[in-house]
Amino acid sequence: MSLLIVIPFFSILVFNLPFLKTLRKAIFIWSIFLFLSQIVLSCCSISPSFLTKFAKPLHLFNFNLNLDGLGVIMLFLSATILLFTLIVSHSFIKEEKRRFNFITLLLFTLSALNGLVMVRDIFSLYIFVEITAIISYVLIAFDKDMRAMSAVFKYVILSTVASILMVSSIAIVLLLTGDTNFTVIYEALHMSGVNPLMMLALSLFVCGLFIKAGLVPFHGWLPEVYSYSSASVSILLAGILSKALGVYTLIRVLKNVFGLTSQIGTILLVVGTASILIGAFGALAQKNFKKMLAYSSISQVGYIIVGLASLNPLGFIGAVFHFFNHSIFKSLLFVNSAGLEKEIGTTDMAHLGGLSKRMPITATTSVLGILSAAGIPPLAGFWSKLLIIIALFVSGHYVYGIIAIFASVLTLAYLLSMQRMVFFGKLNEKFISVKEAGFSIVLPAIILGAIIVGVGVLYPLVFKALILLLA
Amino acid sequence: MILNIFILILLVIAALWMVMTRSLLRSAIGLALVSLVLTIIMFRLSSPLAAVFELSVCAGLIPVLFISTISLTYPLSKQEMMEHFKARLRRFWYLPVLVVIVGVILSLLKIKPDITLPLPESAKDVRDVLWNLRPIYLIGQIIVLLAGAFGVVILFKDSKKDEH
Repeated sequence: MSLLIVIPFFSILVFNLPFLKTLRKAIFIWSIFLFLSQIVLSCCSISPSFLTKFAKPLHLFNFNLNLDGLGVIMLFLSATILLFTLIVSHSFIKEEKRRFNFITLLLFTLSALNGLVMVRDIFSLYIFVEITAIISYVLIAFDKDMRAMSAVFKYVILSTVASILMVSSIAIVLLLTGDTNFTVIYEALHMSGVNPLMMLALSLFVCGLFIKAGLVPFHGWLPEVYSYSSASVSILLAGILSKALGVYTLIRVLKNVFGLTSQIGTILLVVGTASILIGAFGALAQKNFKKMLAYSSISQVGYIIVGLASLNPLGFIGAVFHFFNHSIFKSLLFVNSAGLEKEIGTTDMAHLGGLSKRMPITATTSVLGILSAAGIPPLAGFWSKLLIIIALFVSGHYVYGIIAIFASVLTLAYLLSMQRMVFFGKLNEKFISVKEAGFSIVLPAIILGAIIVGVGVLYPLVFKALILLLA
Repeated sequence: MILNIFILILLVIAALWMVMTRSLLRSAIGLALVSLVLTIIMFRLSSPLAAVFELSVCAGLIPVLFISTISLTYPLSKQEMMEHFKARLRRFWYLPVLVVIVGVILSLLKIKPDITLPLPESAKDVRDVLWNLRPIYLIGQIIVLLAGAFGVVILFKDSKKDEH
């Protein structure tokens, strides 16, 4: 498994060697090969026997890594979204040197995300969080657009505060337990019972992660960063980077280190519900496609957190499933916004309209993404939201369940109004000559749309696989 | 005890000077001073290794990097600097007041949390835990450094070319 970190990293080194400049043209093909092989590997890992049988030779270096069901899902998601980001970026970044730099950053991201998923000690987890954060700063500022620069400055400041909180928390944990390994900490904390210092460590860490995930009340940085970064970068950010930094790490730390207690459950419920509502109301007020998607992201991450907060296995499965679905449909919608940006040059909804006649594939896949986000059966998003809401009712959180349903209706309202303003209605005469976006944007949109429909229709099989993976 | 409090006050003063001073150069020197005081604290807490690192990297290397970068920039004129300083005072006047109020409230509350530490089951050496038991740490550090360096190069190398 260590190879999943080492291979992307060494390929960066090899491609950047000064005397191998002729090789640089191959980096595109090589990274597609890497991403595809990781997708295949993670698909094969769904059967548990595969890991024990075939994954052993992958332990070339003894890094004390481990891979569980949640990790397998993350490996699949990161490779898929990186692959689509790479393909979409191909039509945005034309200059060869810039393209090479961008792909190198994507390989860094792959290495960092794989490390983040597989490490099993809290300090290394922090280090990989930092690597991912550093790469995301560079990616957001990649186009050197002044608005993106000011957005990333805000992000860097908040993210540094989050890092300070997390390091302080790790220091307290080290003081309390004398170790950084997940299992040792878990056992030590459960032996010692409730301890005020432990609660302090937990709240510091969780606060840091709330900032990284962009949850209410720490969501100030997210809309600007998502909407001002370049089209392909926002797919990566919304699809996997901010989710891996905030949400995945939160799930991992709560599951394997601190344990999900009722106190933390209450905090998660409140923060999650606030995020759902504020994200949804914020999205209602937006006039820009990408900004609306950013607010919708805050709201959807709220659902994942609320699912975790229900403290039962069904809620946990629902949260992980919604994490998966959210990554897929949000990447799809950002791919579509990339298509709009490429063909029309703006994502301001006031200037758009009637584009479904000119861009039929973009419009259709966008409908799929929207309906999945709003939780309309039989698409994938419906099932995960259903699981979360059932889990809330099972644990007796009726009010929160009803709020979640209400916010789902709100989601449908703002996303449908967006669809109407952008794709339906009368075609603006300016856009009469607009064509469907190129192959490199349409292909990812079609595949992501197919995943949404496929996962939704084959839900019983997917649910079984999820139980098998997460049990 | 008195010495400790004296050193801590020194630390706060150095940090305040670092943040409040008007010239970037003095700010960088202030950073070195803060690190220096921190080094003394670390020596007194009997962790010489951390102290040496703090002294060599944070008090030595980083200010040198900052100062060499600052020497490449153009300073503001005195008048501009004063205006900038006044504007900053107007914007953030409440921060020091807030710090003092919180400090007074906390000292009046006399919180004494029960922090008797449950000793870890197997008492391992912290150095062992941090460096010997975690081989992944090394590759993580290398990736951090390279990613940071790569990012700086691709973001700032071209803008230098534009200026010329």
